[in-house]
Amino acid sequence: MPIQYYLFLSLALFCIGIMGALMRRNAIIIFMSIELMLNAVNLLMVAFSKMYNDSAAQIFVFFIMVVAAAEVAVGLAIIVMMYRKVHSVDVNILNRLKH
Amino acid sequence: MDILQILFWVLTIMAIGCALGVVLSRNPVNSVIFLILTFFAISGHYLLLNAQFLAIVNIIVYAGAIMVLFLFVIMLMNMNADTEPQKSWLVQLAGVVSGGTLFLVIIAAISKANLLGVIQPETTNIGLIKVLGQVLYKEYVLPFEISSVLFLSAMIGAIVIGKKDME
Repeated sequence: MPIQYYLFLSLALFCIGIMGALMRRNAIIIFMSIELMLNAVNLLMVAFSKMYNDSAAQIFVFFIMVVAAAEVAVGLAIIVMMYRKVHSVDVNILNRLKH
Repeated sequence: MDILQILFWVLTIMAIGCALGVVLSRNPVNSVIFLILTFFAISGHYLLLNAQFLAIVNIIVYAGAIMVLFLFVIMLMNMNADTEPQKSWLVQLAGVVSGGTLFLVIIAAISKANLLGVIQPETTNIGLIKVLGQVLYKEYVLPFEISSVLFLSAMIGAIVIGKKDME
C-alpha cells in the first residue's frame, strides 16, 4: 500500500471529525468527534511507524490512548455535572459561564 | 488485486461511512454505535499494518471502555432524536465548508510533497507485543510511570467533579 492512501484516509477521518465538532450542538457528540480526530492521528502515526520501521511512534500512540481515556473520564464527569445543573447538554446554553 | 488490498478498501469505506454516520445521525445512541464500528474498522487497519498490540488495545480501551462510558452517560440522560438540539442550516453549511476546505488544502499540500513510501506489513515485526514491550520498558519507562499519576489524578478529578454537593 502506498503511504498516500493512509494519509488520505486519516485526513478524511480528521476532517469529518472537525465537521462534526462544528456542526453539532450536543456536547457529547462534539466529544465523540474529538475522539474520532484522535483516532485519525493514531492511524496515520502507525502507518508512518511502519514506513520508517520505528517502534517509537507506536509507543506514542499508546500514550495518546492513555491520555484519551483520562480525558474522557474527566470530560464526561463535567458533562454530567452540567446536565445536572441546566438539564441540557446544548453547548449554546453554556455561553455564560456564571451559573 | 490481492486479498490485502480488498480488505484495505473494505475497511476504508467502512471507516469513512461510519464516521459520516457519527456526524450525521440524529439519535445520539446511533452515533455511539457508528463510532464503535469506526473504531473496529481502524483496528482492522492496525491488523493490516501488522500492529497487533495496538489493534487489541484499541478494541479493549476505545470500543470497550470509552464507548461504554459514552453509552452509559447518554442513556443516563435519556437522550433521543427528539431532544437533540439542532443548529441552523447556515451554521451547518459553514461547518461543512470549513471542514471540506481544510481537506482540500491539505490534499493540495500533500500531492506536491513527493512522498514515495510503500508499506509492506509483512517485512517488519515492530508491532508485536514482545518488541513493543521491550521498547516501552527500556526507553519509555518514565513516561509510562508518569501516566499512572495522570490516571490517578483523572480518577480523583472525575470523582470530585461528579460529587452531588460541591459545597
